Amino acid sequence: MKYTGAEILIKLLERQGIRQMAGIPGGANLPMYDALSRSDKIRHILARHEQGAGFIAQGQARVTGKPAVFFATSGPGVTNAVTAVADAKLDSIPIICVSGQVPQEMIGTDAFQEIDTYGLGVPITKHNFFARSARELLEIVPNAFRIAQSGRPGPVWIDIPKDVQNELIHIEGDWPEIGLPEPPPAIDLNSIQEAATMINEARRPVVYIGGGAIHSEASDEIFELIEKIESPTVMTLMGLGTIRSDHPLSLGMLGMHAARFTNHALEECDTLIALGARFDDRATGKVAQFCPDAKIVHIDIDASELNKIKNAHVGIIADLKQALQELLPNIERGSNPDWLERIQILKREYPLDMPFADDPMSPYGSIIQTARMLEGETIITTDVGQHQMRVAQAFPFEKPRQWLTSGGLGTMGFGLPSAIGAALEKPGATVICFSGDGSLLMNIQELVTAVEENANVKIILSNNNSLGLVHQQQELFYRKRIYACKYERQVDFSIIARGFGMQACDLGDCIDPMTTLAKVLAKPGPALINIPQGVEHHVFPMVPPGAANREMLCGELKGSDYAEATT
Amino acid sequence: MNTNTVLEITVNNHPGVIMHVTSLFARRVFNVDGILCMPTLDVSRSRIWLRVKEDERLEQMARQLEKLEDVLMVRRHEASHEVFERIEEFFAA
Repeated sequence: MKYTGAEILIKLLERQGIRQMAGIPGGANLPMYDALSRSDKIRHILARHEQGAGFIAQGQARVTGKPAVFFATSGPGVTNAVTAVADAKLDSIPIICVSGQVPQEMIGTDAFQEIDTYGLGVPITKHNFFARSARELLEIVPNAFRIAQSGRPGPVWIDIPKDVQNELIHIEGDWPEIGLPEPPPAIDLNSIQEAATMINEARRPVVYIGGGAIHSEASDEIFELIEKIESPTVMTLMGLGTIRSDHPLSLGMLGMHAARFTNHALEECDTLIALGARFDDRATGKVAQFCPDAKIVHIDIDASELNKIKNAHVGIIADLKQALQELLPNIERGSNPDWLERIQILKREYPLDMPFADDPMSPYGSIIQTARMLEGETIITTDVGQHQMRVAQAFPFEKPRQWLTSGGLGTMGFGLPSAIGAALEKPGATVICFSGDGSLLMNIQELVTAVEENANVKIILSNNNSLGLVHQQQELFYRKRIYACKYERQVDFSIIARGFGMQACDLGDCIDPMTTLAKVLAKPGPALINIPQGVEHHVFPMVPPGAANREMLCGELKGSDYAEATT
Repeated sequence: MNTNTVLEITVNNHPGVIMHVTSLFARRVFNVDGILCMPTLDVSRSRIWLRVKEDERLEQMARQLEKLEDVLMVRRHEASHEVFERIEEFFAA
């Protein structure tokens, strides 16, 4: 039978199990869209900006763990998509961007909407392809799916010139096998033994969980490990959800905005068990002073993460779930009552202060009261800034893949489109997008996409009419020289949302905010809840950038000791 | 003292591979002061020879190279390797 390159692409995506995908058509990808229009398996979600399409794909991939695809056209479609793909690279999310390109005969001529997509893709993808013929797609597409989900997951980009999309070829016989994850590397059992010995000898252990625990679906094994050795456990921003926030051994998030007791516990630990974590600077603070007395066991599937930032005493390159399955039988059940007692003392001495938790109008209260009202399956997305750190501190996470946030790249504008993607994959769930006014404005056009899809997305907008975390840093580290972070004009987000066809309410305008919040949350479909908040509320504790994690600033302290930020 | 190290990298022979390899160095502001690339006897593959300064980051670089989809093998030659010495006459002027 004869197929065009575009038809081959769509057929291969169907065979990979793709059923919903976002994108935006344009001149150079019209043949793909023409082929897609004839697919009875794949539903297309029309985004309003390619970055939105990319983050919708991310939302899908983050809640399912499976690769998600999105389409963009050449030139500006590609440059718009770059941020969403780069974000996926930093957080190891398997998305596949398929872009149109000008016909091959015009490449290199500065043709209309021509950009060097391949060159742009190199540093921000796990791998990228340029398809030179329709037949090549038969290898490229399954390979893209294999690469995106093998080992440490990541984004893949496929750039397809228009003439390749239109090229008609004969395909006889079978279609290629679909792309599946490669088997993980074999585990070095000697290292497992060494790690077991080190863990069994630990007197003050801390388990340190990163995003790799989510990707590897290792939550059950980690749970077994921490209960077996009764180890206090910290999570990175990406690792949240691996262990329930209310688990007695959970110390929540570590690092720059951790509870003080969490960072102090790390300071005192004698054995750090790093599981799928990469010692990011926001987690470790000044590396030389991170867990200064600890021996380190580090398990990661990416060999280049071992000894990258901190040398491990035992490093194991492995799929985390498999490694823990090997490790667990060698771990002795035990407890270190002195250490657990010490943790309790630290918790009492250095508690996490979440002021005004009962007031749904306050920064913490809006999160805590929302959490209290939620029923059934719940997924949380955030944007980037103060609200993001507060949700990480305060929200009672229950399970992996419940929490979607832009960790590595820290992209404002992530929250709304990724919430739409999550809602597409989990139609029965309530998806809460905690956002700030600065962040929401960065992809506000996707409000209408949420409405069109009737996505059950509730935007809780902490609106201080400022770039709050910038304001906070200028106040703390730049001698209160507040500049370029307060918006002069106040946007009426309720009117904006209604303009897009979304129901909206303003808790600042109602007599009983608690009841209004509950009512809006309970009503299915997309909604925006605006909560005016003062910019004077800082998110504490805070480790000054470049400082050691023990040097946490808290509410009562001002940062006059820290004249200038170092990073 | 700055000593040279030579990296021998076997890769799939297709457009873009050199860019994938060299961009890993460029983004770390890590100068590559010699580069040679030719197809091997099996023309589906190429060999890239890089001459770089000895640096504590080289082990990390080698691991990053090994992660690239089109990189099949990375070998590190500790001393200056004859491949660059033999070609030096073309750069003598």
